[in-house]
Amino acid sequence: MRPEKLLFPTPEGLYCPAGAFHVDPVRPVDRALITHGHSDHARSGHRAVLATRQTLDIMKLRYGEDFCESEQAVDLGSELDVGGVAVSFHPAGHVLGSAQIAIEKEGMRIVVSGDYKRSADPTCTPYEPVACDVFITEATFGLPVFHHPDPRAEIGKLITSLKQFPERSHLVGAYALGKAQRVIALLRQAGYGEPIYIHGALAKLCDYYRSQGIDLGELRPATVERGNQDEFRGAVIVGPPSAFADRWARRFSDPVASFASGWMMVRQRAKQRGVELPLVISDHCDWPELTQTIREIAPEQVWVTHGREEALVRWCELQGIAARPLHLVGYEDEGD
Amino acid sequence: MKAFATLLDRLVLTPSRNGKLKLLTDYFRDTPDPDRGYGLAAIAGTLEVRSVKPAMLRELVLERMDEVLFRYSYDYVGDLAETISLVWDRESDAEHPLQPRLGAVIREMNGLGRTEVRAYVRGLLDRLDTSSRFAFLKLVTGGLRIGVSARLAKQALADLGGKDVTEIETLWHGLAPPYEPLFAWLEGRTDRPVLATPAIFHSVMLSTPVGNGDLDGLDPADFAAEWKWDGIRVQLTGFGRERRLYSRSGDDISGTFPDIIDAMNFEGVLDGELLVGGTARSNNPTRTFGDLQQRLNRKTVSSRMLDDYPAFIRAYDLLFSGDRDVRGETYVERRDRLTAIIDSSPHERFDLSPLVPFSNWTDLDALRKAPPDPVIEGVMIKRLDSTYQAGRAKGPWFKWKRDPYNIDAVLMYAQRGHGKRSSYYSDFTFGVWTELDGKDQLVPVGKAYFGFTDAELEQLDRFVRNNTTDRFGPVRAIRATHDFGFVVEVAFEGINRSTRHKSGVAMRFPRIARLREDKPPYEADRLETLMAMIDGDAAEA
Repeated sequence: MRPEKLLFPTPEGLYCPAGAFHVDPVRPVDRALITHGHSDHARSGHRAVLATRQTLDIMKLRYGEDFCESEQAVDLGSELDVGGVAVSFHPAGHVLGSAQIAIEKEGMRIVVSGDYKRSADPTCTPYEPVACDVFITEATFGLPVFHHPDPRAEIGKLITSLKQFPERSHLVGAYALGKAQRVIALLRQAGYGEPIYIHGALAKLCDYYRSQGIDLGELRPATVERGNQDEFRGAVIVGPPSAFADRWARRFSDPVASFASGWMMVRQRAKQRGVELPLVISDHCDWPELTQTIREIAPEQVWVTHGREEALVRWCELQGIAARPLHLVGYEDEGD
Repeated sequence: MKAFATLLDRLVLTPSRNGKLKLLTDYFRDTPDPDRGYGLAAIAGTLEVRSVKPAMLRELVLERMDEVLFRYSYDYVGDLAETISLVWDRESDAEHPLQPRLGAVIREMNGLGRTEVRAYVRGLLDRLDTSSRFAFLKLVTGGLRIGVSARLAKQALADLGGKDVTEIETLWHGLAPPYEPLFAWLEGRTDRPVLATPAIFHSVMLSTPVGNGDLDGLDPADFAAEWKWDGIRVQLTGFGRERRLYSRSGDDISGTFPDIIDAMNFEGVLDGELLVGGTARSNNPTRTFGDLQQRLNRKTVSSRMLDDYPAFIRAYDLLFSGDRDVRGETYVERRDRLTAIIDSSPHERFDLSPLVPFSNWTDLDALRKAPPDPVIEGVMIKRLDSTYQAGRAKGPWFKWKRDPYNIDAVLMYAQRGHGKRSSYYSDFTFGVWTELDGKDQLVPVGKAYFGFTDAELEQLDRFVRNNTTDRFGPVRAIRATHDFGFVVEVAFEGINRSTRHKSGVAMRFPRIARLREDKPPYEADRLETLMAMIDGDAAEA
């Protein structure tokens, strides 16, 4: 079977006609397979949704109980038959519950990797390479400039700054799902034992991570009680990046603005956002991880979904691997 | 190198002055000699290091990398040094055990033969980590641009040693990288370094503006007043055959002003205003700043230039008389010495800044508002018993400028601020009315981000958030029509024609003087009013 027959892009997203399902559709569809809970991949309003238990739970937290008509949970590694197509989910190492989806029919196997990363993350199951004919990869950080450093060293910068500026609050911008919990877990791993304050938008997800056995230590809401602003002196406050440009941020004394993101690799990006302490912590692959993964899997073909497709396609060509961009729209970089 | 690179990374992104000072002081304290001295030199702009051409760096990176991938990367990052620091493909990913030290890198670079540079740079880029690579590339391609002035670095040194910054300023131009005697003194290990010769640039004494109530309680009899001339501040030094003219920041501009250098017939260090035209003793008028600009920044000066735009110095202070340091004497004593020197110097190149007699502050206020010469921009007020202190201390010298210009303008765009102000819209672009395509429209004429109080900022911010019509990244367009909008009174120091701005005008030092909610936008000023201000200035001159 030709791969373009098994799976191809449509305005709704990738579509498999044999199984009559979409993968990470950006518009409501009849049957959806979801790789992970970030809002650009997991949207509400589909009739039937197939995903890992954790991804389904996260969608419920974000969209409410009625985010779809019927849900089905799938275990990592087990194989399912969907309309004559063999479907299996495999860990992607991106955020809690994230998975790659392998789709196979008549000896042709395509892996939709969703968003994934290779570096260690205490908050989710590590990525596993899955052999395939066609590997569909994202390219969020698909440029040779992206070499994400060891996240432990980046957290070390935050800890150094806390010592250097003990009177200032440290506001860490981190996306609500995944990054925030990873930053908190990294701080705990580095031995940081103080209470960490969180923005209200993070509360439900942090609770959920804890219910899944991930240790986040003592978390407190970053709300001000009258006359108690001093509580935040020298404290770490984690919140969604959008909140820092908002009036919400004014409650903190002389804050150090920090942002945990793979984009922080480029100084001008940090500067434009007014970030004082950039932490290069990414939930996506950097350039060496992307190229190493493609080498390791050695697929016949590479399809690139979103991000910096042109550079990764160029690299594949130089390696003699057939590659093409899919030009999918609707996927932003929520996870980073 | 690592410590310096980390410092740069933090400084670039730290907006607050105190934050920068803390980072600098910590670096100077924790980094050993001579590295910290070279780091200081790099920040203060006194470092001399062999430069590397961008073309060579590009060739080095393309030895290991596909050209197309490099182009994509460069397009994305936009800065060559940063792109190379990020894409550089090290032979091995492991941290190199021998991280080069900044001092060693500088010395090695400066000791290389022409043919050795390429291999050395390649090897070094392999050994350095990403952020050190960036620091190194910035050093050798020139231009750190980290938003730290030499002055701030000196303040950090002062903080480190518990000294006054004027002491550092006094010594500064007699010292050279890596500044080991300076650090030894700051750490209390040795005595204060001694200058080998006075024939150097000495940091100048600066004034503070007269603010509200600053003169209350000061006795006018304790002060002298001089006119504030609109030229450039210079320092003239001469010892033996060595004669130099420096700008106020210490740049040597002797080559541009041979007329001044040749006329110098005394030894010492003199402080004054460089102007063109005739001295008071020649009975020819002092000419405008625009005329002086004809003479500035020229590598060679034609004799025609010298004739058409003759330069002279209006002297107002003396730092050294011969090789004797007189900065510890009072203003009155120094002025006596200066008077004697100027009396016997060439009349067409030197005159003495005249005193402005006054008996009370009200008189002086009237004088500074209506000065007798168009090239005067206000008055200087100097304490009679003050010594010559480098830096900007408040009290001994004041400047009291002519009233600023004022216009009413309408807010058009707002941008979020930085640091403490990052949650506020605090940088405002304002405009005035003009007729375009047959109807009245606003054209932006300037940008201001200070002048308002915190409470006023809250008010402005609220207005911006509630009346946004469009967004461009961090910038918001504000609703501004004939009848609806926010009018502010903008004060500024000067105005010129500009080909760079759409409106054709450029303001000097604009700030928001008052919020004028009482005014409807259609009553704001028109571009013609601003044009008339420029023409008025020209006519006055």
